[in-house]
Amino acid sequence: MALNKEQIAQRIAKELQDGFYVNLGIGIPTLVANYIPEGVNVVLQSENGLLGMGPFPYEGEEDPDLINAGKQTVTTLPGSAIFDSAMSFGMIRAGRVDLTVLGAMEVADNGDIANWKIPGKMVKGMGGAMDLVAAAKNIIVAMQHTNPKGESKLLPKCTLPLTGVNCIKKVVTDLGVFDITDEGFVCIEYAPGVTIDEIKAKTAGRLKIAEDVKEIVL
Amino acid sequence: MNKVVAHADEAVKDINSGATLMLGGFGLCGIPENCIAALVKKGINNLTCISNNAGVDDFGIGLMLQKKQVKKMISSYVGENAEFERQLLSGELEVELIPQGTLATRCMASGYGMPAVYLLAGYGTEVAEGKEVRTFNGKNYILEYAFDSDFAIVKAWKGDTMGNLVFKETARNFNPMMAMAGKITIAEVEHLVQPGEIDPDHIHVPGIYVNRIFQGSNYEKRIEQRTVRKK
Repeated sequence: MALNKEQIAQRIAKELQDGFYVNLGIGIPTLVANYIPEGVNVVLQSENGLLGMGPFPYEGEEDPDLINAGKQTVTTLPGSAIFDSAMSFGMIRAGRVDLTVLGAMEVADNGDIANWKIPGKMVKGMGGAMDLVAAAKNIIVAMQHTNPKGESKLLPKCTLPLTGVNCIKKVVTDLGVFDITDEGFVCIEYAPGVTIDEIKAKTAGRLKIAEDVKEIVL
Repeated sequence: MNKVVAHADEAVKDINSGATLMLGGFGLCGIPENCIAALVKKGINNLTCISNNAGVDDFGIGLMLQKKQVKKMISSYVGENAEFERQLLSGELEVELIPQGTLATRCMASGYGMPAVYLLAGYGTEVAEGKEVRTFNGKNYILEYAFDSDFAIVKAWKGDTMGNLVFKETARNFNPMMAMAGKITIAEVEHLVQPGEIDPDHIHVPGIYVNRIFQGSNYEKRIEQRTVRKK
């Protein structure tokens, strides 16, 4: 069985290390916060100016002055810090954020990513995505392996307008886990019940299967 | 020194059609509600607005869009607004989308007196088209210019009559660096206090950057995405 969204998030959560400062994008990446392993303490960064983002508030305790980058009401935690937008992107740019997880429409086998614009459709804007992908030292993309038409989203070259170049290091999809190296996508893990042949068939970019490839353990 | 004005109408009295304005806030959080209402009432148009977002249909900058007061938006994300989309597609409204960190840093550069900065964001994308690129330590950076804005309009939680500002929680966002970047900066605050009532160590933006200040009223503080958990 291919992974569902929750399971993709659960697999990515295994990449978290104690002490990491982490920025989670909207969509599947947000779910990663639900699977932080026992004994691992991470600090979540929200690029509108919050380190130490807590859970959603209890009903009746929503504070309009306290939101995350998705404009959702959130809470602070003991040890949280608040700062302005320039400092927020300053810490991102300076490489202080250890891990960024974000969604994508397309990823190329050289690490290029497209996730902000579809020509001919209403463009909402890139928000902080271009800043994050340009600067974060470790970026994981969480996405479905194929688009709704069944076409591969792991490509030799992005067809959509780019968000960043040569920046993605790892992709976790419903089918497997892929490192991006000089040789293109390297499949290091596959989802339970998914065959290597299926992964090969649904990956348009250069693909290698790691010698020690193994099944994803959640 | 007299920076205190009575209300929003007085604060925006010399903002005329064609002006470039910075407006603080992230989404609907920390937006200068009183001044936006005053600008709508004033009915000026042809405005260029630098703001991370463009409000929603019936709140924030959306209110100015409804009255067709905005000629151009410079923002990072504008997705929550149907009237915005209509005006954009019909060609009535011009939009320049720029990365959020670049937007913040171009404001910051202005307030720090720096004409331009080299930034990573957008290298190799359409954002970099036509811009100077330089390589530092093996990485490619784009030259981005400081904003030049006639007015900056910001919202703070507390301020004193000398213009010193304190922000609350994530309503801080773009407000401090925009406050530092306007040729004329207008601050509306929830609590206007006397000098000495704010600990100097707690001030986020010193009053030297603020030209006008007033205590706002009737803050709605609308929540864009109300998300809660069960007890």
